[in-house]
Amino acid sequence: MQGLSQRFTWLLLCGCLVMTGCASTSGGNPLDPFEATNRRIDAFNDSVDQAVLRPVAKTYFDYTPTLLQTTVQNFFGNLRDVWSVVNNGLQLKPKETVETGMRVAVNSVIGLYGLMDVGTPLGLQKHPADFGQTLGYWGMPAGPYVVLPLMGPSTVRDTAALLVDRQGDPWGYINPVASRNQGSVLRLVDKRAQFLGFDDRLNEMVLDKYSFVRDAYLQKRRAQVRRGPPPDSEDEQENFDRPDKNISNK
Amino acid sequence: MWKSLALVFFSLLAALPLQAAQQAPDVFMQQLSNELLEVVRKDPAVKAGDLQKLANLVDSRVLPNVNFQRMTASAVGPAWRQATPEQQKRLQEEFKMLLVRSYSGALSQAKDNQTIVVKNFKGNPDDNEVVVRSEIRGGSEPVPLDYRLEKSTDAPGGWKIYNFNLLGVWLVDNYRTQFSQEINAKGIDGLINTLAERNKANSRK
Repeated sequence: MQGLSQRFTWLLLCGCLVMTGCASTSGGNPLDPFEATNRRIDAFNDSVDQAVLRPVAKTYFDYTPTLLQTTVQNFFGNLRDVWSVVNNGLQLKPKETVETGMRVAVNSVIGLYGLMDVGTPLGLQKHPADFGQTLGYWGMPAGPYVVLPLMGPSTVRDTAALLVDRQGDPWGYINPVASRNQGSVLRLVDKRAQFLGFDDRLNEMVLDKYSFVRDAYLQKRRAQVRRGPPPDSEDEQENFDRPDKNISNK
Repeated sequence: MWKSLALVFFSLLAALPLQAAQQAPDVFMQQLSNELLEVVRKDPAVKAGDLQKLANLVDSRVLPNVNFQRMTASAVGPAWRQATPEQQKRLQEEFKMLLVRSYSGALSQAKDNQTIVVKNFKGNPDDNEVVVRSEIRGGSEPVPLDYRLEKSTDAPGGWKIYNFNLLGVWLVDNYRTQFSQEINAKGIDGLINTLAERNKANSRK
């Protein structure tokens, strides 16, 4: 599975490069030169989600005990925290690294392999970080927006970083492979279940889901790779309600 | 005599909110957040998922503290200045309906252990426009929720919200691309119609 998913990611990466070759940037969004392809993949993802993932996640959410769901989230969340520690370290963020590290230690030992989240009540908060964020933090541009089959919004940089993220995922080293795959499915279903209320709301509040999700993803990633605390005027907020910046509308 | 007394009385009444006005921006946002969470938790109808009730609540408690005209203008972008006053009014109504609905939906899912913690304001409170940062706590991960506020003399707390940021995304800015797509394809009236259709579809659910 490890090998397979790695090859899959490589394939995606090559796909991105091929697309870069034949991209036509006529009048579209400069951040999204592959918009036509992306929209097709997005539609494909949506139909898979509607046909398979969402119904399974809904059943899981409705029919399994909440305690079990919390335990599953705690367990995989703890595994993810391990990789966040490494990436916070790579970004030389002492507070985030130490806090997440202590979280992992406490949850793994006292929380029985992360099944219980003892860290949060102790005030140890998560500081999620991945390798794409680390690359961005050190100045690597995100590159064009891409929608990955079955995996959703990404950028060329973040897609390349997925290769490393996979190596840093402790679950990828679980043997036997059959248990690992079963666990990965559970992880995916649980993840999807957490967004069940959210996707309906999203559909209600947007006119074009594709561009809304794209803009939100890019904005969010930019905020995540920003160095230091966010500036109070990160982008100039032009007041379109005024004819001119210096004239009050009152 | 009575007439002038009444006059004094009413002008005092009118002056009251002015006296209470102009709090520190972080204090103001903390009060507003606490108040809202408390009402959502205590009202049984709201807890049971009565979205209409919640929308009314948002109307009365939140909207006086929001500069909705500026919010809409910002989402529409440069085309706002070309829109007629009538179009601006319609855009504002439809956008408000859209946002109040999704905001109410989000509020209705607030859990009992969730709190909103406003961070200490580090900017200059004399500025006319400030950013206030807060976090929704209660889950394993704090959810960042930031606001842009402008000074306003007719707002109850002296500040009005004109943009907000959830999880690193400025929501109003995020609407601009889709709004301009609609305007480029169908004009401002086209955007108004699309928004109205979306609101109609939402209210049928």
